[in-house]
Amino acid sequence: MKDDIILCFCEDLTREEIRTAIKNGARTFDELKRLIRCGMGACQGKTCEDMIQREIMDITGQKRDELPLPRRRPPSVGISIDDAGRGDADEE
Amino acid sequence: MKNSAEVVIIGGGVVGCAIAYNLAKMGCKDVVVLEKEYLTSGATGRCGAGIRQQWGTEMNCRLSKASMDTFEQLNEMLDYPVDIELKQDGYLILAYEEKEIEQFKKNIDLQNRLGIASKLITPPEAQEIVPHLNPEGLLGAAFCGRDGHANPFHVTQAYADAARRLGVKIYTYTECQDIEMKGDKITGVITNRGRINTDKVVNAAGGYSDLIGNMVGLDLPVYSERHQIMVTEPVNPLQGPMVISFYHHFYCQQVPHGAFIMGQGDPNEPRGHNIGHSWQFLQELSQKIGRTFPVLRQLRIVRQWSGLYNMTPDSQPILCEVPEVPGFFLAIGFSGHGFMIAPMTGTVLAEMILGKELSMPVEKLDLGRFDRGELVLEPSVV
Repeated sequence: MKDDIILCFCEDLTREEIRTAIKNGARTFDELKRLIRCGMGACQGKTCEDMIQREIMDITGQKRDELPLPRRRPPSVGISIDDAGRGDADEE
Repeated sequence: MKNSAEVVIIGGGVVGCAIAYNLAKMGCKDVVVLEKEYLTSGATGRCGAGIRQQWGTEMNCRLSKASMDTFEQLNEMLDYPVDIELKQDGYLILAYEEKEIEQFKKNIDLQNRLGIASKLITPPEAQEIVPHLNPEGLLGAAFCGRDGHANPFHVTQAYADAARRLGVKIYTYTECQDIEMKGDKITGVITNRGRINTDKVVNAAGGYSDLIGNMVGLDLPVYSERHQIMVTEPVNPLQGPMVISFYHHFYCQQVPHGAFIMGQGDPNEPRGHNIGHSWQFLQELSQKIGRTFPVLRQLRIVRQWSGLYNMTPDSQPILCEVPEVPGFFLAIGFSGHGFMIAPMTGTVLAEMILGKELSMPVEKLDLGRFDRGELVLEPSVV
């Protein structure tokens, strides 16, 4: 895999940028996220998470079952402030 | 892992890292920071990232003003290669009731006396600063153009990297499980990775500071309270200042990256260490934001999360050495504004630990004030 391909589409982060942050000490997805914003965009990591977890495993030597998953939070897809404020679906 | 240290700091948030850096800079390099997860995993990394000087007590004003002076030079001071994203487009604090205007006038008098350039403005003036603000019901606002935003992850990392270069050891995924004592003296700290010999411990554990206090037999006058927050997708620059309302209990800012970050305080939130999320929050806050900033209604929310405010009875931090437990220092109870006063906290705590003259007197923030009943209540917390 080339180093200049983009792994995190929402935040435009290349494989190289991600690998550099891991080499600088980030050991989990949630740590990487705080340093370089990967997984903080519109998809919230749903597109890039697996590819990035593989880079973490590759560099740190952690196995998949040892690697914590990033914390999931709502909403599961982006929703507008208008829709969120309108509330319960069955009220409509 | 080291098995002894001159000072052990518990908590790898911005406060713990700022204290560690300042200790090392003042010559005390035999310092360990213990963090049970990773840096900024607690309150620092969950906060709203605002930095303001518009406070209602003398100490909060002094600490935040001195900290803003430091934020303005932080990148150079700590030789940090990534921008800490300091943005100084102000804080606009909305007033919907006459009694709020009266309170703001008192706050502004105090702030101006302490050199903070805040002012009371009219609703049309507020709309000039934030054109998409719905002026309905607005009586006026307080504004300080030098308030703003910084990135909590990078600020913490900047302090941590600089501290490490000076010799500080930062151990992540290392939890303080107990503090050993002989009589009233601290002799060591027990972690999941072994024991560290020390006679000085700093409690900078944020939302968990009560648990660390218990380890030396103290029942600290602090409690934790969940505060929820959410973020939207990034859009082009639209809103300069952070806008907050104590009446509606919300804050809303656009960070330099483009996303809007907003949160609200819930007066009925129970005490505890819960950092879960609720749909009620999403709905209530969305309604408030939609009413106050109609143009933001189409923005998409991409995430909600929460973190802990570590509250004190007067909403001011506790910064002191505990008289009953010599060598046990407190940097706790920041009541939702620890990030913005961390730089000065780091300086003062390091001076206190090393027995130096303090560059800002903080004796009013000692633990004894609660027993003496000398409380000055901070009126301006969301």
